[in-house]
Amino acid sequence: MSPAEDQPLLTVDGISRYYGSRLGCRDVSFELYEGEIMAIVGESGSGKSTLLSLLSGQAEASAGTMRYRLRDGLEIDLRTAGEAMRRLLFRTDWGFVHQDPQMGLRMGVSAGGNIGERLMAVGARNYGDIRAAAAGWLHRVEIPADRLDDTPRSYSGGMRQRLQIARNLVTAPRLIFMDEPTGGLDVSVQARLLDLVRQIVAETRVAALIVTHDLAVARMLSHRIMVLKDGHVIEHGLTDQVLDDPHEPYTQLLVSSILPA
Amino acid sequence: MSVPALELRNVTKTFTMHLQGGMKLPVLHDVSFSAQAGQCLVLSGPSGTGKSSILKLIYGNYRCDAGEIWLRGNGAAVDMAAAPPRQILTMRRKVLGYVSQFLRAIPRVPSLDVVAEPLVAAGLSRETSRARAADMLRRFNLPERLWSLPPATFSGGEQQRVNLARGFLAEHPVLLLDEPTASLDARNRDAVIEMIRQRKAAGAAILAIVHDDDLRTAIADTTVDVTRFATAA
Repeated sequence: MSPAEDQPLLTVDGISRYYGSRLGCRDVSFELYEGEIMAIVGESGSGKSTLLSLLSGQAEASAGTMRYRLRDGLEIDLRTAGEAMRRLLFRTDWGFVHQDPQMGLRMGVSAGGNIGERLMAVGARNYGDIRAAAAGWLHRVEIPADRLDDTPRSYSGGMRQRLQIARNLVTAPRLIFMDEPTGGLDVSVQARLLDLVRQIVAETRVAALIVTHDLAVARMLSHRIMVLKDGHVIEHGLTDQVLDDPHEPYTQLLVSSILPA
Repeated sequence: MSVPALELRNVTKTFTMHLQGGMKLPVLHDVSFSAQAGQCLVLSGPSGTGKSSILKLIYGNYRCDAGEIWLRGNGAAVDMAAAPPRQILTMRRKVLGYVSQFLRAIPRVPSLDVVAEPLVAAGLSRETSRARAADMLRRFNLPERLWSLPPATFSGGEQQRVNLARGFLAEHPVLLLDEPTASLDARNRDAVIEMIRQRKAAGAAILAIVHDDDLRTAIADTTVDVTRFATAA
């Protein structure tokens, strides 16, 4: 293990968010390392999406600290780093995969353009290189090469989601946020997407925070799992340990509610 | 005697079933034993005495209520009962192998890649990993036409052989085997015995749950009867 890998990429300490007197999430702490996938699970309204928007800087935390380690090893405080830094991180270091691919894609722009746009934002200028990179990523997410110039409007839901993943990963981000990435997909399409995400994460060493209500998705993709209920962390640990030996009543309820295949 | 590769000290495990009104299900009490490098320790005892639970506690799949589980190999010494998730995963990658009774198949992944995965995770190239996975599948007599298929639709015996090939391929210094020959015919059982002998000769410590007396005679250096750790339910 290199020294850099011994340092967490993201260090979250006591993050809370209140909407007036209503609680979004409270006192969440964890560390995330390179190549590590953490699933954030819980039912609707458990605060998992709130947590994801706090972590990705799309909503402001009421309390707590979030530190992020840049490529040069320098740690920054995300809460005080400001909007310009957040935008820079989203161009260079981060990705965000939305549940609804329409939120993460430009629907009127070709698939190649969707991927290329991210590369141009980090300085790529050579048209041939950009197009080749886009074609390479389409292949990697199993979209036929002859669909490169089509817009995602003509794509199926599963293809759109795969394109969104390609668009996010083309700039080799170090951290990717995923909000229910398989929600709304057929199970066969879901299995293909999960397998793809699993492979890409293993190959690129990107760290990922995945919000899902589906424990099977969490089991398949994540190393660690955090169970949220009413904005609180109920249980947190190694994924197979939490799912096979859940200690908290709520986690036991969630695990026992999975329908056998 | 040298420092054991695996050492359990006073390990205790009770399940609390919150959905059944907080019912306590004591499984294991004060489990202590150790396994030496180059030897095979067989856990014996009737069903329901917690043999599989012991393996899961060692693997970090279950959490210990009390006690220590020391694992030593590749220069590391870690108490799996106290280790944080990242360290448990590192030990699983580098030191500790586990062949469970049932293969947890991932949809769409071909058997060859299921077997090769631990080597890829350890940093070997995909080609090398696949070539070594193929050798291992051959040793367990899995027909080559099945290699490109995901194991989900395989028979119990075929799945078990995929699982065994995967478990033996990484050559971990400590290996846990949960009824490794339960659904195998005589030829494949002999293949397992041969693999265990090879791993022992290479210095691995093996902890196995075995019901079959012939198999136990063939592989065991020590037998630990788990009945004495079982809590009277």
